[in-house]
Parts: sequence; structure tokens; C-alpha cells
Amino acid sequence: MNYRTVLTICPYCGCGCGMYLPVLDGCLGRPIPDKTHPLSQGRLCIKGWSAHEHVASKDRLTKPLVKTQGEFKEVGWDAALDLVAARLLKIREQHGPDSLAFLCSAKCTNEENFLLQKFARAVIGTNNVDHCARL
Amino acid sequence: MNTPEVEIRERVRQLLDDDRLPGVLGLRAEHGHVGPHVFNSADDLTALVLEPRYGMALVCQAILDGSPKGRLGVVARGCDERALIEMAKLGQVDLARLVLIGLACSEQQARECMCTRPYPRRIDVGEKVAGVAPGDDARVQQLLAQDVQARLAFWQSEFNRCIKCYGCRNVCPVCICDACVLEEMCWVERGKIPPELPFHLIRAYHIADKCILCGACESACPVDIPLTTLYALSQARLKELFDYEPGLDVTQKSPLTTTLEETPLHEL
Repeated sequence: MNYRTVLTICPYCGCGCGMYLPVLDGCLGRPIPDKTHPLSQGRLCIKGWSAHEHVASKDRLTKPLVKTQGEFKEVGWDAALDLVAARLLKIREQHGPDSLAFLCSAKCTNEENFLLQKFARAVIGTNNVDHCARL
Repeated sequence: MNTPEVEIRERVRQLLDDDRLPGVLGLRAEHGHVGPHVFNSADDLTALVLEPRYGMALVCQAILDGSPKGRLGVVARGCDERALIEMAKLGQVDLARLVLIGLACSEQQARECMCTRPYPRRIDVGEKVAGVAPGDDARVQQLLAQDVQARLAFWQSEFNRCIKCYGCRNVCPVCICDACVLEEMCWVERGKIPPELPFHLIRAYHIADKCILCGACESACPVDIPLTTLYALSQARLKELFDYEPGLDVTQKSPLTTTLEETPLHEL
């Protein structure tokens, strides 16, 4: 039996509530709210309480899928990224940069979010940047 | 005299070194935060602390469920022990696999939780202090002085703050159903906040004969709904009607499951 609790921050929004993730023999369990966290003080919302569910979910996507003729097909990362890049460039060429928008995520790091907005503004040329925490 | 913390550390050390227990569940202070932790070695015990109070029963259950055999020690307050006893009645934990280090709460802690029984059956560390009598709870007194309509209005205004985080259900040691009716569309409309009154009443009914008033639900509630007050009132009725308190004795069955068989209601 190897039981550990890992101190961490809820990955969902900018509030940053404290939680412990219990790990029993490598399996992640339901978060335990951190009672000593100065902000959340042992409370979580439904998102924090469910933060572990996607990790072992059978519905979780682990490989890129491309939809061709109405069906999803597994492809490699290079093929997926080539396709996305080609489509983004084509849309920008045909409809202008403001026809594109970019959604970042509170689940990413500051640096990842910075990169996405930099990509949107400096590479694509649009200020259409938003994030999931506004949902 | 040693502090309760030092005494508990010594007890845990004995269980690990002398009794060869593979682990003892307690609270660990690390990175300026405190959370549940299984101590496997006597070398780590300087990090063992006793505050704040976390419910240990669900953590015990998760650990025991994940390992088919072996024993586990646990630092248990009165509420932890009562939760474990109720869970054992419901077939959720095997008490024979647990070694409890009984910790009595201080008078101040008892008051903070409005706890009627702030000690386990066997006290290893701490002094037994009298619990707070149910009648001493100002919130309960205030409510009981009002008529039914005023009380209903009070509870409705409290429940209206609910953000449906399900924290009260998630931390509850006696809320045990695998399929929870609070996740069924016919009882609780999806996407609607606050939920209708049944959300809270269903939970109150489900734990009516099991709630050991640990207060975990209330301390997990992000909007401060005084759930312990609600459940304390229903527990007081259970005591009055059936002279029954959950969590005291694993062989004692709930009157709600036995009364009609053993004593028909009209004879009560």
C-alpha cells in the first residue's frame, strides 16, 4: 500500500483553490480540499471536486484525431499540426486575420497563455484572444 | 506534561516500530500547509500535527479499499471514530483492520464544532471534556423559537445560496450510495443554480439516521449554509423519538430500519 497526498492548486480557473490529490498505488482519487489554503480554506466548487475525473476517463483523448468524410481518424502529431497550420493560413488569406480567434485556458501556465496570445497577435495578426475562465 | 502533539507522535512511533503497522494516517505539515498523510516511518513524525481537523474516515476507507489486506493506524477524534462506526454498520470499512489512536478534543475545539461528544470511546491522548449540550446551540434555540413558516423561510434563504458544488455530499462519511440521486435529472435539474429545496432535503433524509454531526459538510460549504444546525435538529428528534444516536456502537442498528419490525410505530 502506497498512499500519498500531493499538495496542488485546482487547475480550472484563476481563483487557484488549494487541494490535495490522493494517490493510492498510482491511482488518482477525488481531491481533498486544503483547509490551510489562505484563499479557499477547505472549500471547492464543482469543478475542483471533479478535477481528477478526466485523468483516467475512457473518453479522454490521448492522440490527435482528424475528421475526414464524417469520421474521426487517428493521425500523428506532425500530420495534425501540418493540417492545422495549413488551414489557419488559408483562412487568414481568404478572410483576413480577424476571422480567426484563439482560446487560451486557465488550466495552462502563464507562459503557455503568453505564447498563445503572442502567436495570435504577432503571427496571425488578430486581437481575438479569450479564455475558458470566462465561461 | 507533553503536548497532545508530542504524545500522539509517541503513540504513532510505537505503532510503527513496536507493533509493526505499515502505516498510520494522521496530518502532516509540509510547505506551510496541512493535509492527511500516511506516516510509514518514525523518522517523519516531527511533521505530524493535529490541526486543522480533517475528516479521516473517508481517507481510511479509500486506503483500505485499495489494499485488500493489512492494517492501518489512524489518529481519530470522536467524530472520526463515530464516522467509522457508522461506515462499518453500512459495510464500508472493516474496523478490525484499523488501529485507532483516540484523541480527545479540547473544550475550545468542542465549542468551535458545537460538538456534543468531543471524544472517542477510548482516549489515548487528551482529556475528556464535556460536550456542548444540544440546547446550548444558539442557532438551534433561535430557530426552535420560530414558527414553521419562519423556519422554512430561513432555510430557503440559506439554500438559495447553494452553488451545487456537491461538497457536502463528497465529504460526508455516511453518504455512501454509488449512484447518487442528487445526480439524477428527475430530482435535481442539471445546470440550474441554486437547486430546488429537495436537493438539501434528500440529503437530510438520506443521512437522518446516520449523521454523526462531524460538521465536515458545513466546513466544506463555500457559501456557509449552516448544515450542521439542520442535521443537529433532525438528530435531536431521532434521540427524542427512538433514544438512538448514530456512531456509538457498531452492533446497534438504526431504528429507521428496525423499529417497524421490532416495535410497531403505534406502540412507541
